[in-house]
Amino acid sequence: MSLLRALFRSKSQSASVAKDRLQVLIASERTSGSPADWLPRLQKDLIEVIGRYVPVSPGAVKVEMERGENLDVLEINIVLPERARKAG
Amino acid sequence: MNETRIVVVTSGKGGVGKTTTSASFASGLALRGHKTAVVDFDVGLRNLDLIMGCERRVVYDFVNVINEEASLTQALIKDKHSENLFVLPASQTRDKDALKEEGVERILNELRQMGFKYVVCDSPAGIEHGAIMALTFADEAIIVTNPEVSSVRDSDRILGILQAKSRRAKEGREPVKEHLLLTRYSPKRVETGEMLSHDDVRELLRIPLLGVIPESEAVLHASNQGQPAIHMQDQPVAEAYKDVVARFLGEEVPLRFTTTEKRGLLQRLFGGK
Repeated sequence: MSLLRALFRSKSQSASVAKDRLQVLIASERTSGSPADWLPRLQKDLIEVIGRYVPVSPGAVKVEMERGENLDVLEINIVLPERARKAG
Repeated sequence: MNETRIVVVTSGKGGVGKTTTSASFASGLALRGHKTAVVDFDVGLRNLDLIMGCERRVVYDFVNVINEEASLTQALIKDKHSENLFVLPASQTRDKDALKEEGVERILNELRQMGFKYVVCDSPAGIEHGAIMALTFADEAIIVTNPEVSSVRDSDRILGILQAKSRRAKEGREPVKEHLLLTRYSPKRVETGEMLSHDDVRELLRIPLLGVIPESEAVLHASNQGQPAIHMQDQPVAEAYKDVVARFLGEEVPLRFTTTEKRGLLQRLFGGK
């Protein structure tokens, strides 16, 4: 019987895969929420803060997020207007 | 020939296999070489991402695109199995009213312009706003039904809603093409008279049968792993979904897995069902 059990074990182990996936997902949803919610706010805030120092158009602040299996990358790209760059 | 077909997967009742079906059906269309998008309309309770195994890659969602906080290209997630398949996840935190009709229409039109051949809309359960939005723009509908009294009744109800509230119905165009998909079918229980047969359900609902998906333990294994059931190797449920896709594409495929098969000695020894 133990041989049989060993043969079928790999199939029944999918529950542990499910548990791992859910742990990661639920932890990130509880702590940082969904990026879908905070990314637009972050972009707005960035435009406002940067605007206090340099005149920037809303389209000049680009916020991109790339999510991988193990690593998330947040990329913020700000294009300064021609004149501001010369002054700085 | 570049026309996009919008297909809603709906049922009225919850837990009958809409998301499982949306994931496998969309994957099957993509496997057959068609550029396909699968859209989760269950705002607030997103789960298609988990079934497709792309939950870690969700950044933006359907509602972000409707609110113009992100572009459609930013929100679409490319499937790990197929180049032809993209997932548009639902929002996890907002409520269903965030799905504005004009917004939904605009995004479906954008998908058309992007050259998608099929857009599969995974409807939430119920008959409220989210479910109505999922079926409003449909050209075809897959009615997922379990051979069980409450599911059949709810399917009939959703058929009525489809015939009243879809754009096609309201504009008096050719009606939405309806397909019956029976899921969690147990040939053994049908044969012992415990379960409605596919003929029974077809007779009751009076719509053409697209396929019968057998009850299978493999579905749980598939969802545990974030892999649509159609990708499971040598599983009747995967084969049945492939047949469904073939029939949807106009091929004549006989029904399989709808009768109990005589089991061989090995199968009996190893306890196969």
